[in-house]
Amino acid sequence: MLNLLGKRLLQLIPTLFFVSVIIFSLQQLLPGDPALIMAGEERDPAVIEQIRQQYHLDRPFPVQYLYWVQGVLSGNLGESMRIHVPVLDLILQKLPVTIQLGSMAIVIALVIGISAGIISAIKKNTIWDYAANAFALWGISTPNFWLGIMLIFLFSVKLGWLPASGYVPLTEDWRASLASTIMPAFVLGNAIAAILMRHTRSAMLQVLESDYVRTARAKGLYERTVILKHAMRNALTPVITLGALEFGTLLSGAVLTEQIFTIPGFGKLIIDAVFNRDYAVVQGVVLVTATVYIVLNLLADIAYVLVNPRLRT
Amino acid sequence: MADITVNTKLIPAKDVPETPLRRAMRRLFHRKSAVFGLTIVAFFIALAVFAPLLSPYDPVAQSWTLVRQPPSASHWFGTDDLGRDILVRVIYGARASLLAGVISVGIALSIGVPLGLAAGYLGGFLDSLIGRMTDAMLACPFLILAIALAAFLGPSLGNAMIAIGVTTTPIFVRLTRGQVLAVKMEDYVEAARAVGNPRWRIVFVHILPNIMPALLVQATLSIAAAIIAEAALSFLGLGQQPPEPSWGSMLNSAQRFLVNAPWMAVWPGLAIFLTVLSFNLVGDGLRDALDPREVGRS
Repeated sequence: MLNLLGKRLLQLIPTLFFVSVIIFSLQQLLPGDPALIMAGEERDPAVIEQIRQQYHLDRPFPVQYLYWVQGVLSGNLGESMRIHVPVLDLILQKLPVTIQLGSMAIVIALVIGISAGIISAIKKNTIWDYAANAFALWGISTPNFWLGIMLIFLFSVKLGWLPASGYVPLTEDWRASLASTIMPAFVLGNAIAAILMRHTRSAMLQVLESDYVRTARAKGLYERTVILKHAMRNALTPVITLGALEFGTLLSGAVLTEQIFTIPGFGKLIIDAVFNRDYAVVQGVVLVTATVYIVLNLLADIAYVLVNPRLRT
Repeated sequence: MADITVNTKLIPAKDVPETPLRRAMRRLFHRKSAVFGLTIVAFFIALAVFAPLLSPYDPVAQSWTLVRQPPSASHWFGTDDLGRDILVRVIYGARASLLAGVISVGIALSIGVPLGLAAGYLGGFLDSLIGRMTDAMLACPFLILAIALAAFLGPSLGNAMIAIGVTTTPIFVRLTRGQVLAVKMEDYVEAARAVGNPRWRIVFVHILPNIMPALLVQATLSIAAAIIAEAALSFLGLGQQPPEPSWGSMLNSAQRFLVNAPWMAVWPGLAIFLTVLSFNLVGDGLRDALDPREVGRS
């Protein structure tokens, strides 16, 4: 186990190195002089020169990269060009909002996806199975920004049940907070529920055909006990670890969902930064996202090995 | 000298062995969902190709007398906030979406497949290098990387296609590499190597055609993902630029008029949903049709 952990940790080093190179290289894609573009409408030569000095743009690319990495390793992701706040502070400020939204989305996805997957597997080739498969296909094919707009139209414009936009922190008023995040969380969880449903269905079908489930049935156990106690427990282990890999889908979805529902989270931060040409923020957000994703992948791998004794040797 | 008699009896068609391609096509067309998907895809391709012939109005011409008109006999899908016919814009929007889907995946294939072939066949340091780069790209969530790339390249449909194509590339690198590893120890590849074929010939003549089915399935599913991504980038203002129509940008402007003109949001969204759904159905159908495990079952 320790060997595996050590090996996986060693593999992280080159991956993180390449992630940093990719993210830093984005700057090279800017057409023309990066300092001029970063300055935006500010045409004061002194300001442009200051940007050039600050980002070491007058030095060769590898040297610029080394300065940037040095900063990143010491927790300095740069400074927002527009509001002059450290990028890391901005990210830490917005992250709790996205964590709340993401957690709610995951709960919704787990409840819908796993239930639909189990029902679909135990009622294989029935109307329930077809309905669950149709739901999965719908979830995968529906653009979440369209679903968000349609839900706003139904629940905010027509029925007036939920606020169309805005965010109330959980600490301020938990009821208003839930009301402001339930719709975006559903939009975000919908696509992940569809993916989880497919994973759960195939894992359950595999488990239901296994010898120990046949033995449990032969012992005369109730079908409910066989499904809940014997089949489900084993089928869900890979599903939950696979679910952790949907973190990328969650963050990508959060960008659009937060934009539609005007939620001041991590996703909205990157979009605002894009339109403000605040490139340091864009780079910082992508770097943090990728790092969290890599760590989650590692944790998912470890969890999978921990719960699966056959992989421990 | 013995007489030679030639048996001219024809072999019945049912006894002629079916080619893998024909078998795959037969199985694909036996799946109702795949046929439905293919029909919708063909419908949208026809819309995109014949858009000028099918459209009674100019997709960008504005009319202040027709602002936000509900669906009617003269404007089936209604008009938008600038008085433009929504049906015509949905028809023209099919061009941007399909083009983005196909070109992005084309970019991903043309970069990803050669890299995957090289990594899988040559192995060693090159494989490790390409593998780590692929891992790094896959670590950045797809849409976030596409947004970042599109932001740095500048907002336009062409740049959105490049951004989506580049972010889709690692999927094809990984898939191609895995397929090559599975195929390269097969007897026919060993035989090709034993008779002295050069590496490039083994890779392009013996390996590549045998991994095409897996690539085809992934390409179809990736087109669906690329269409959603293009719509998302256009929705955010990083793809197709106004006044040119695109389903994503139409949804962006529709959001502001949800109270007074909800029809503005329905049709472009439905068009994205139907197109993506059909590519997903075709992809799923192709996967089943090309799966060797299904051979004995049909």
